[in-house]
Amino acid sequence: MNRRRFFGFLQKEFRHIFRDRRTMLILFGMPIVQILLFGFAITNEIKNVNVAVLDMAHDDVSRDITNRILSSEYFHLYQNLQSEKEIETAFKSGKVKEVIVFENNLAKNIYSKNIGNIQIISDATDPNTANTIVAYTRAILLNYQQELNKGTKPPAIIQTEVRMWFNEELKGVYLFVPGVMTIIMMLVSAMMTSISLAREKETGTLEALMVSPLKSWQVILGKVIPYLVLSFSITLVTLGLSMFVFHVPIRGNIFLLLGEVLLFVITALSFGILISSIAPNQMAAMLISMMGLMLPTIILSGYIFPIDNMPVPLQVISNIIPARWFISMLRDIMLKGAGWSVVWKDTCVLAFMAVVFLFLASRRFKMKLR
Amino acid sequence: MKLTGENIIEVENLVKRFGSFTAVDNISFQVKKGEVFGFLGANGAGKTTAIKMLIGLWSPTSGKANVAGFDLFTEANQIRKNIGYMAQRFSLYEDLTVIENIQFYGGIYGLRKNILKERAEELISELGMESFRKELIKNIPLGWKQKLALSVAMIHKPKIVFLDEPTSGVDPITRRQFWDLIYNAAEKGTTVFITTHYMDESEYCDRVSIMVDGRIEALDTPAQLKKQFNAESMDEVFLRLARPTESISK
Amino acid sequence: MRTIIVIIRKEFLQIFRNRAMLPQIIMMPLIQLLILSNAATFEIRHLNMHVIDQDQSQASRQLIGKFKASNYFELSDFSFDEKHADEDIMQGKDRCILMIPKGFEHDLMKEQHTKLLLNINAIDGAAAGVINTYALSIIQNFNQQIDAQWINQQQFDQQKILNTPYSFWYNPYMNYKTFMVPGLIVMLLTMVGMFMSAQNIVREKEIGTIEQINVTPIKKAHFIIGKQVPFLIIGLVQLTIGLLVARWVFSIHILGSIPIIYLFATVYLITLLGFGLLISTMVETQQQAMFLAWFFMVIFILMSGLFTPIEAMPQWAQNITKFNPIAYFVSVMRMVVLKGSSIKDILPQLTAISIGGLVMCSLATLRYRKRAG
Repeated sequence: MNRRRFFGFLQKEFRHIFRDRRTMLILFGMPIVQILLFGFAITNEIKNVNVAVLDMAHDDVSRDITNRILSSEYFHLYQNLQSEKEIETAFKSGKVKEVIVFENNLAKNIYSKNIGNIQIISDATDPNTANTIVAYTRAILLNYQQELNKGTKPPAIIQTEVRMWFNEELKGVYLFVPGVMTIIMMLVSAMMTSISLAREKETGTLEALMVSPLKSWQVILGKVIPYLVLSFSITLVTLGLSMFVFHVPIRGNIFLLLGEVLLFVITALSFGILISSIAPNQMAAMLISMMGLMLPTIILSGYIFPIDNMPVPLQVISNIIPARWFISMLRDIMLKGAGWSVVWKDTCVLAFMAVVFLFLASRRFKMKLR
Repeated sequence: MKLTGENIIEVENLVKRFGSFTAVDNISFQVKKGEVFGFLGANGAGKTTAIKMLIGLWSPTSGKANVAGFDLFTEANQIRKNIGYMAQRFSLYEDLTVIENIQFYGGIYGLRKNILKERAEELISELGMESFRKELIKNIPLGWKQKLALSVAMIHKPKIVFLDEPTSGVDPITRRQFWDLIYNAAEKGTTVFITTHYMDESEYCDRVSIMVDGRIEALDTPAQLKKQFNAESMDEVFLRLARPTESISK
Repeated sequence: MRTIIVIIRKEFLQIFRNRAMLPQIIMMPLIQLLILSNAATFEIRHLNMHVIDQDQSQASRQLIGKFKASNYFELSDFSFDEKHADEDIMQGKDRCILMIPKGFEHDLMKEQHTKLLLNINAIDGAAAGVINTYALSIIQNFNQQIDAQWINQQQFDQQKILNTPYSFWYNPYMNYKTFMVPGLIVMLLTMVGMFMSAQNIVREKEIGTIEQINVTPIKKAHFIIGKQVPFLIIGLVQLTIGLLVARWVFSIHILGSIPIIYLFATVYLITLLGFGLLISTMVETQQQAMFLAWFFMVIFILMSGLFTPIEAMPQWAQNITKFNPIAYFVSVMRMVVLKGSSIKDILPQLTAISIGGLVMCSLATLRYRKRAG
């Protein structure tokens, strides 16, 4: 009898959530759009950088080198400068990231004095880009230098063989898929759950449910299961998209992966329940989830910003963020093909967090209802 | 009541459909200047829909209407200047004080500063709310809020004031005081258009129309209606009208 | 005009009456600026490198010394066997492995040709690319140094040399925070502005006061303007706080003109708030407003060039960026603050954002209906 009652309740909850088409559209659309963006549009790769050339030499060497630089996929000639004064203007317009200056009599200097000067000036407002494009430019110049010396015997050549592990083509989307999945799970499991529970509290319907013949854990479970199903299915959609459109591999065991997903959803749900037990109304639930959950998760979980780059205090704080453990686990399993022996520690941490959140939430709820 | 016989609201064949559902089904009526006009009906009979069309919140599907001398379809903004409205749902800002609410609503009706100040003082002393003046709305009792909401709806001295179930959820004493305010306004020449489902309140109205399923089934003075339906009270009138359809729908 | 002031006054009263609001408007951006500027970094420094030196020679030690001296790498582990190193990469302890095979020095001396092996964890593809560039340039440097030594010993032919001095303008210490802080200020005032404006009208819808306003003769444009101005002022206050923090905490001197920043910020905020109010007119509940605002904001921020350069995007994505207000403001902030760009330099951006503002506000005004279907 009680079980039938419970399923009736569960059915009502499902209808309630899935009826809001607009929210559904956003929830499913968000990870899809993000994966597409990360896959197709957003990259840290440096390509087609606008450069300007100030050629005071106007000889074969300067023309040769200019051609050489422009024929690489990294650079694109934006303008030819006439004087040094124009360098500043070029940078200030924001269009040009690097200026290459060839000295007077470059070719003559090389052939008579064996040394020629080529100056590289870069707009270092973005230090990363500046560093990289200067390095690229110098590599091209070094190459040219070696060609100049062809026929002579070079003293030494060190050849470096580079192997890119786990992601040979250096695709950006590999890094972001686990993060995007995690954020959306947080959003659905923790944030939506907390808001919807807070709403029931606000409108008083939660109390009505609590005095019904349903047991209180059944009420919470009934409220939570639809969100569990929802976030699990969004995760599957995201995973499918990244696999079939961007060929992100799942090198590890898929069942292990899904198991961890389930664990994380439960952790996030318990966090959501905890928030709703603290928040007096929807607005507060929204704010707490936003400021206390979503932002720290986005900033400190390693979703976009690598944790190893952060200062130590932030690295320490990142340890209390559930998503941090989950994202690292996802990357291990999907991209490195790691197994249980690598991820068991992270799993324990997550499970422990889930238990703590649930314990705290249940205590708060009991206190409230008494 | 000194009715001049001049119509201030004229409604002809007004219809409102939501998809296939007809909420207001071809209603026609006139309201005279200075009248207290009761608009009765069960929940869902179409009262609120009708009122929302007349005050320019919803567009009618078809029909004609003239409110305060202006056409409902082409001169909605002129109408807005000449009417006041108090919604079924409470509509003062809970996080503003009494005086701040008055100043806000008076301000958006474009009242000049000195006039607004005068009216605000007048209003507060009329309601006897001096001690509440700087109190947040959320901290004052519901009855006071309702009376304040009514006065605020009339801050710009409109020709007509529309009240959508203003007394729901209010205790009988406050309701009595509320009606005093309404009479007061009517006394000064304001036309009052009020919806309610308290039948005893309809006795206070000059004329009453009763809506059933989107149509106006009866319209007259309370006394005439009781006579027509051979009833003791308005309650009975209403039950006679409403019951047949109820049994049909079941 | 008077009605606009009435609305503004009321909005401010409500904002300041809510005790949770003020700290959120003032403190949150401050704290976040401090945290984000430290956390939001793609700067590549002190990366853990695992060294397998099987050669144990003078040359190998010299090369390792070069890596040690650079800022980019932290030599965290040394071992002789690859299996151990592989495990460290697997567990995420090390980012890359430099493998110096046996005979490195011998081959270099005797055959003038030798080999190195570099393994990089490329899950973060972009970072891997940069690590690769850094490592190769260190190795090249080492190579040239050896060349120079040996040429001096006159054992080899005279070589032609291209001397390539380089300089970094505008940020000579290559401080990543200098680069990020102006952009982060934009992000913070965007987040608060967008959420607050998106919640605004729908909140009045939820509590029912919107009807009361809709029956008044107030003009739609006046209403929208009255709603926008308070958030505009709050945004400018946040901008001021942000710039002060940038100056006093991060020692970033504003090279360009401050009025230009405020001018641009004003136009930008009008656009942004117009968009927020547009969202607000389109939804039924605050929850929906929040999700929708969140959705657009994530996309806008990701594609704004704040974290990843816009030039790196494919052309079609760059074209989309032309409709992204955040992208304009981020680039203008960087140009004016860091490079001292003048009004002439930012004229294209200013024009674009002005058009955007006009469109957004008109749309919000049109969408906001006093009378429903």
